[in-house]
Amino acid sequence: MAAVATCGTGAGSTGSIAAAASKNNVTSFQRKGPRASGTDSGCSRLVSIAGTRPSVRNGQLLVSTGLPALDQLLGGGLAVGTVLLIEEDKYNIYSSLVFKYFLAEGIINGHTLLVASVKEDPADILQELPAPLLDDNCKKDFDEDVCNDKTPDSNIKMKIAWRYQLLPKMEQSGPVSSSRFGHYYDASKRMPQELIEASKWHGFFFPEKLSSTNIESCSLTHGYRKLLQFIQNVIYEEGFDGSSPQKKQKNILRIGIQSLGSPLWGDDICCTENCDNSHSLTKFLYVLRGLLRTSLSACIITMPTHLIQNKAVIARVTNLSDTVVGLESFIGSERETNPLYKDYHGLIHIRQIPRLNNLIYDVSDVKDLAFKLKRKLFTIEWVQDNYLRQERNIYPPGFSYLLKQKDSAWGEGSLQHSTFLMSFLAKATAFASRLVRHSEPLKQTGSGRILQAAGPRLWHDGRRQEAPGLLAIPP
Amino acid sequence: MFPELNNLLNTTPDRAEQGKLTLLCDAKTDGSFLVHHFLSFYLKANCKVCFVALIQSFSHYNIVGQKLGVSLTAARESGQLVFLEGLKSSVDVFFRAQAAPHPLQFLREADAGNLQPLYEFVREALKPVGDGQAAWRCPVLLVDDLSVLLSLGLGAVAVLDFVHYCRVAVCWERKGNIVALVHDSGDAEDEENDILLNGLSHQSHLILRAEGLATGFCRDVHGQLRVLWRTPSQPAAQRDRSLTYQYKIQDKSVSFFAKGMSPAVL
Repeated sequence: MAAVATCGTGAGSTGSIAAAASKNNVTSFQRKGPRASGTDSGCSRLVSIAGTRPSVRNGQLLVSTGLPALDQLLGGGLAVGTVLLIEEDKYNIYSSLVFKYFLAEGIINGHTLLVASVKEDPADILQELPAPLLDDNCKKDFDEDVCNDKTPDSNIKMKIAWRYQLLPKMEQSGPVSSSRFGHYYDASKRMPQELIEASKWHGFFFPEKLSSTNIESCSLTHGYRKLLQFIQNVIYEEGFDGSSPQKKQKNILRIGIQSLGSPLWGDDICCTENCDNSHSLTKFLYVLRGLLRTSLSACIITMPTHLIQNKAVIARVTNLSDTVVGLESFIGSERETNPLYKDYHGLIHIRQIPRLNNLIYDVSDVKDLAFKLKRKLFTIEWVQDNYLRQERNIYPPGFSYLLKQKDSAWGEGSLQHSTFLMSFLAKATAFASRLVRHSEPLKQTGSGRILQAAGPRLWHDGRRQEAPGLLAIPP
Repeated sequence: MFPELNNLLNTTPDRAEQGKLTLLCDAKTDGSFLVHHFLSFYLKANCKVCFVALIQSFSHYNIVGQKLGVSLTAARESGQLVFLEGLKSSVDVFFRAQAAPHPLQFLREADAGNLQPLYEFVREALKPVGDGQAAWRCPVLLVDDLSVLLSLGLGAVAVLDFVHYCRVAVCWERKGNIVALVHDSGDAEDEENDILLNGLSHQSHLILRAEGLATGFCRDVHGQLRVLWRTPSQPAAQRDRSLTYQYKIQDKSVSFFAKGMSPAVL
């Protein structure tokens, strides 16, 4: 892994910031904001690798996926030396977009790209990359896009619904705050031609590499073996493995592999359930991961998992990748017409986050995520499904944990459920004492779900003061 | 090494049992914390450890090991630990031309036959040293994880054979221990993996099974651990009893508690 490199660059970047501050001859409390680093970019870039930052949690070097919201969900970014597997949506619309964001982020940061595909020529893929929203005009675009969807008063802090403050915050900071790590892109425009020409990239277009000669017997499918050799050549010759010292500055290799596992690669896992070389794909992933772990590279793979016939292969592929993200678009599904999802284009599932150098992993508390392709931006938001909405309205905070623990016999309506609810209410002294002092039987009121759960048994039989958990006032 | 898990299993590094096969199993969660536990446990118990690490790099195990109070680099230099790094070796095996035989030679072969080279490697690594510095207590084989071997093209029977050979060589001849992790594929219906898991469950003395919560993600409870003893030497009351605990993984340790008794609730 790139642990050694990480330590080196981490120390280097702090040093360079200090050096830059002293050179500018201002106070030592230099603001490390985007503006400062923008002017000093030439200086600090010399030491650290552009477009990377060390992880707070595990010290790994991170690169951005090109989607700052996704970076946040993955614990800050994608660790160098790991594989990000994107499960394609049914019609491969949004997954190819995510794929392009990843490559575009590489071009902006000056990383070397390696694009492998069977369907499109890599040169064509590069032509279709989205344009970055850079500092001067992006703020305007971003505001415009955000305001299109939100009423202005959503910015006013809500005082009544205090519980909304507890809700997890999603990435809303806009392009300015994270301008050096993770950029925003305008999906409606193309990447400027001069940026693409200035970038360094290698293309692997499988139909071009097909050769009928010397197909020696090997454990891998022909296409996979060619691709592995190609990647290994690039890594070895350009010095992305630490073994041969790089003459010039260290750089990151971004590898993108499109539609891995599809029949065009010569793999038959999408066609039959019991195929002969079902181990080709998993073996390929294993060797690829070995290559990545020993070099300064990060890899994105999109895979049509819905086409793979044998579910066991998907489980194995997941185990052999580091980060796994699934995209599920609403196009053609019945969810498209569901009013709950009317604002979104699909769901995004974070299926696996790697544990690197750590027992625990960076996990975000937000689980129900949906994505939306706005006019220009691709955003990821939190969607509450109906169940969660109800639960938040009715139950006290902290109660949702128990509801999720159906295992422990805390199901709704059970005895434990109602007793717990009672003791919970008893802690709110004012509320509970009001109930106790009340002499006549309680009417069912609007928020009646609680009272129902607590049960008429406890309230209406005249022995209310002995109810467990309530504040019993001795006569 | 997690002291709480030692309490549950009623053991300490000083009086580690010998000749046992421990099966670690994870379903719908990541059971690697158990591997880290046993790695640090046996290193602290002063055992000679052969670690076949197929899933992560050496630096990962080393950094986690440091958090748990053992240094893998020091152990490797002193000869206590023999580390086979699968990811790194796979690149060497795959791209170098036919060179010397390698324990993971099957990666190169079109139809992966058996794991004999790997077995030879393990036996060589755990061979008792003749001279005076044989200070290590008992040999231990640790594998993370056996399911990867299936993904690399081996059959379940080949892996079971490998484990059987290792049991004879390590557990029986040398009175050592074997610890191996296997994923439970759950509803993915991975037949090969099921054969492997059932076969190993049948022969192991202790099964630790980490499961994700059936109800999904929870911030304060990361999963539950089932402990199943199958050792005949245990008193009758303990034999074949199964215990279930819930756990929460923290930065440097794991806390275990009875079901439904998470500190976050009480």
